Parts: sequence; C-alpha cells; structure tokens
Amino acid sequence: MWPIFHKFGSPPWLYSISGAILRWLLPITLIALITGAIWGLLFTPAENVQGNSYRIIYIHVPAAVVALAGYYVMALAGAVSLIWRMKMADVAMKAAAPVGAAFTFIALFTGAVWGKPTWGTWWVWDARITSMLVLLFLYLGVVALYEAFDNKEAAGKACAVLSLVGMVNIPIIYKSVDWWYSLHQGASIKFTGETSIHSSMLYPLLLMIAAFYALFTCCLLLNMRAELLQREQRTQWVRKLIDKEVVN
Amino acid sequence: MSADSAGAPVLAARSLCLERGGRELFHDLSFDICAGQLWQIEGANGAGKTSLLRILCGLSRYGFDGQVERHVPLLYLGHQSALKALLTPRENLAFHVSGDSRYEDEKIESALSRVGLYGYEDVASHTLSAGQHRRVNLARLLLSDAPLWLLDEPFTAIDKAGVEELEALLVSQVAAGGSVVMTSHQTLNVDCDVRFLNLTTGLVA
Amino acid sequence: MTAPGAGQFCMRLLRRQLLLAVRRPLEIGNPLLFFAMVVSLFPLGLGPSPQTLADFAPGVLWITALLSNLLTSDAVFRSDFDDGSLEQLLLAPQPLYLSVLAYIGAHWITTGLLLAIVSPVFALMLNLPGQGIAALMASLLIGTALLSLIGGIGAALTVGLKRGGMLISLLILPLYMPVLIFGTAAVQAAVTGFPAGPYLAILGAMLCLAIALAPVAMAAGLRISIDA
Repeated sequence: MWPIFHKFGSPPWLYSISGAILRWLLPITLIALITGAIWGLLFTPAENVQGNSYRIIYIHVPAAVVALAGYYVMALAGAVSLIWRMKMADVAMKAAAPVGAAFTFIALFTGAVWGKPTWGTWWVWDARITSMLVLLFLYLGVVALYEAFDNKEAAGKACAVLSLVGMVNIPIIYKSVDWWYSLHQGASIKFTGETSIHSSMLYPLLLMIAAFYALFTCCLLLNMRAELLQREQRTQWVRKLIDKEVVN
Repeated sequence: MSADSAGAPVLAARSLCLERGGRELFHDLSFDICAGQLWQIEGANGAGKTSLLRILCGLSRYGFDGQVERHVPLLYLGHQSALKALLTPRENLAFHVSGDSRYEDEKIESALSRVGLYGYEDVASHTLSAGQHRRVNLARLLLSDAPLWLLDEPFTAIDKAGVEELEALLVSQVAAGGSVVMTSHQTLNVDCDVRFLNLTTGLVA
Repeated sequence: MTAPGAGQFCMRLLRRQLLLAVRRPLEIGNPLLFFAMVVSLFPLGLGPSPQTLADFAPGVLWITALLSNLLTSDAVFRSDFDDGSLEQLLLAPQPLYLSVLAYIGAHWITTGLLLAIVSPVFALMLNLPGQGIAALMASLLIGTALLSLIGGIGAALTVGLKRGGMLISLLILPLYMPVLIFGTAAVQAAVTGFPAGPYLAILGAMLCLAIALAPVAMAAGLRISIDA
C-alpha cells in the first residue's frame, strides 16, 4: 500500500538509511552545538541580575525541551508498533527511552547547578522541576519494564502501552503539579515568571534548541542501529555486514 | 488437505510460521478444521504443539506469521486447570471466567457426578488432587455447548477410567457435529476418524 | 444455551472476586492493618505535638492510603494468571474492557471503600480537625477508585513477570501523583474552611477519564502478558 511504510519495516533498509542520515547529521549537529555554545558563552551580553551564571540556559532549556519532546516520540513510536505491528517502531521506542532519560537528567542537573547561585539552593519543589522529575520517573519506568521481560517482543508491546498511558498522563501531571505549586507558593518570589528575553540572547538559544533536537535524533538513530544489529544478529545481512567490517 | 471433509470449516489456519529463539518450529502450515472432525497434533517435546494451540485459540497474537480464522465459539483447556483453590467445584463451574452460560445447579451436579466427583461438589478445590482438578474441567466439557474444543494435553494426570470417559466424550462431540483439536502423545482409542498433524515431520494425515 | 450478556457476565465476575476475597479475609484485613500501622509511625517520626500532627494529617492519611492501595494492586490479576483463569477470561466472548472493570470494582470494594469507611478513626488519631473528615472520606472514596484503576494498569503489565512487586511501584507511582495532589487539597481546603467541592469534582473528572481509558490499557496489558 505505502511502499515507504513497508521499507521502514525492513531492518537492512533502516540500517542503511540511518547510516546515510547520520553521515550528514552528525557533523551538522557538532557544528551547531559548537557554534551555539561559543555564541552563547562568549558573544552574548551578561544578564542584568544573574550576571554570567544565566549562560547555563543554553544547555538547560534545550535539554528540557528535547526531553519532553522525546517522550512523545517514544509514545508515538509505541502507538505505531501497537497499531501497525511494525517491529521497527518497537526498536525506535526502545532506543528513545534511555536517550530521553539522559536528556531529562541533564535538564534536572543543570537546573540544580543553575539554582544554587540564583536561588541559593540546589533544589526547590517548583512546578517545572517537579514535572521534570516525574518525567524522569516515567522514562525510567519504561526502561525498567523493558528490562524486566525476557521475551523482548512482549517487552516492546508492554512498554508501548506504558508510554501511551504516560503520554495521556503527562499533561494531567503537569497541570496538577503546576496548580499544586501555585497553591503552596504563597507570596514568595515567582521563579518561573514570564520574563522576556532579549533577542541577542534568544538567537543562540534557538540555535542550541535546534542543535539539541539534532543531537537527540543522532543518539536515537545510533541507539536504534545498535539495537537492530543485536536483534538481527543471526540474519544474513548482519553477517555480511560483519564480514565486510572484518575485511576492512 | 481436508478436501474429504463433510462439514464447513470452523477454523482455518493459513500459512502459519513460528520461530522461537532463532529456530523455526513450523513453516507455512495451512489447514482447515471442519465440523465433525477430530484432530490430534503430534510432535516431540518443544515441537510447538502448545504454541500452535495458543495461536489457534487466539491467546498468542504476536510473534508468528500467518492468519487464523475462527467461525464458532470455542472452549480451550490449557495446561493449567483454571480452578480457584478457594472455590468449590460447583462454584468454579458456576462462576467460570470463560464466559460460558449460567448453568443450573442440577446440570452442574449431574456433570460433576458423571466425571466421578459425586460428593465433592461442595468441598474447597484445594483439597482435591491434580487428577480431580482435571476432572472438574471434564465436567466443563460436558456442560459446554461450544462447537470447537481446543484441548492441550487433556489426558495428563487422569486415571485409566477417566481416559476412557474423555475418549467417549470426544466421540460424542464429533458425532454431534462438533470439532476437537487436541495435543497428546497418547494413541487415541476412539471410534471415529482421527486426523493427525505432526509438527516434527510437518505431515498432515 | 448462549453465552451471557456482558453486564450479566460482569456481575458474575464481581461476585466471584468478592467471594474469593471473603474466603480469604486476611487479604481484606492486611491493607487496613498496614494503613493503621503506617499511620501510627508518623507520630513517632514527627513528634506527638497535636498541632504538628493536625498540619500533616491530610498528607499523611492520603500517602498511607496510596501506599496500602499500591501494595494490593499487584494481586489483582496475579492468582488468576498463576492458575490459568486469566487465559480463560481472555478467551471469553464478552468484552474484556468490562471484565477488567469488574475486577477493578471488586478490588476497590475490598480495599478503597473499606479504607474510606475506617479512615475517620485514623483521622481522629492524627488530630485532623472535625470539619475535614467528611472531605477525607469523600476524597478517599473517589480517589481510591482512581488508584485502583491506575494500579490495575501496572498489574496488567507486570502480571507475567516473576517479580513484579517492586517494578509495579516504579511504573504507577508517578501516575498516582495527581490523585494525591487533589486528594490532600480537598482535605486541606475543608480543614481551612474552604469548600472541598471543586477538588472532589476534579477527582471525579479524573475518575471518569480513568474509567474510560484505563480498562483499554489494562486489556492490552493483559493480552501482552498472556502472550509473553
């Protein structure tokens, strides 16, 4: 019916096409990351209140954005694998979970590092931080569930169901945590208010967000390729591939 | 393969393939099970008999290729007895989770006495032996009006008299126009045609 | 004879589950006992000052109820999986969606409902002001049903695993959080003299959503677990 759709279901095709994409995407990602980092760290003005410590925003915000988007990538891959029984979607979902968890952890870690000079504390139970923590738990739950199954096909299906349940729950959790925080916050300072950001600071941030998306895609594809090789290790095309590598 | 069959197909399997742990258990398996047929699936241990039965009844949905079409309600007996130890045989049949119809008390009683559990209707099932658990399931066969039976090793833990009763039950099911698919290593001593499906050799006879 | 309708079959499953629970009264008593014991740990940890206890009472009662619900969730489908009843249930011609709702209903009646009924006793022991007790009971009534539904998803996904106990907590505790937030908020609002109604309404809305969606996830989870 859809030729491209069927191609996606074929491991060798996916392996070769992901290799071709990575050949371009990896250098582009590296260049964007380095450019964005240098731009953000050296060529933007210091912030009025926070001084230079705000510059961690160039890692913190992109990591947080991508961490959240990653969950949706994982859940959508899970849905595709459940509905169309596409095994490659299973691979994508399995590969997305640890990558997403890593990005969530980076966002939380940089947030804590940023919090120390800004708020004087490593951790506050702020709405966004709490939601990110819950997101990390959701990711780790998927990883743990996958590892717990001996039958990897069933593991993929179970994780797909779990990530879909999580996807329905993320907005609910986010909204309720947000509401809970505003209830308890009282008259203290609002940490996450709507602050306008000057364009000279914004452009490098946008570049970094794009670079992080690309980085996520690279990690996802690399992880998927590793998973593909492991799953298909007994098949012809992987054997041929190994033979070629050994000869080279 | 079953061109000589009289009834309409109640279960059709089309090019079933199953692979477990890199080993192909069966490949391109197609057959029609028709009304009034008794099928025995044979094969060495690990040949995929239980897996095939689970695919046929619909418990296995992933991990195999091919299609199964079923046109009539079924009754499946697996390795496990599906009996609740805390319930009595009578309650186990009355509250059965398989969605059977609600049986009247007399029917349950007569079925239980026919399978040799007279006097055991109201004792907790955990006091019964494994063979008696099996016999409660035989009572299910008596009560059920499902036209298709899928039985996984039904002779396990049943004594000689029970085996004969079960064989008589199979014959009467087939005679009434029902179908039976069962796995067993035993040679059936029944008074009707038995079709064989050997998973080790891949032969349908 | 034809197969019974879905509603009739549901009632049969409900009766079966309740009968099984009654045959093993310890299983009903254990979560309540757990609730009592954990509640009695808090004064030892927080100090016996009535004011401190009253401040923490809504959260303490709710977290304890949540934990005792969590501990029983694992068992919803476990024994049916072990003895093969679950296979039979999946093959039943009636919709699995309603069947799992019957299981969850029975689970809620034997855990959450009883917990909500006995909760005023423990509320008094923790010095919760009198005006909060009605809100506590109401929020527990709705909230524990939600917890049972969410817990059922975790139970369905892990029932095929030998050691599902710890894993199920990892999977479902994050999903419990909204329930905890609005449950305690309802009690706190009532204690401080505000209406608890809005919070109960939100819990009710979440319950409706869970009744609509959780059985789908549970049914899918059970089919996967049986297949594995």
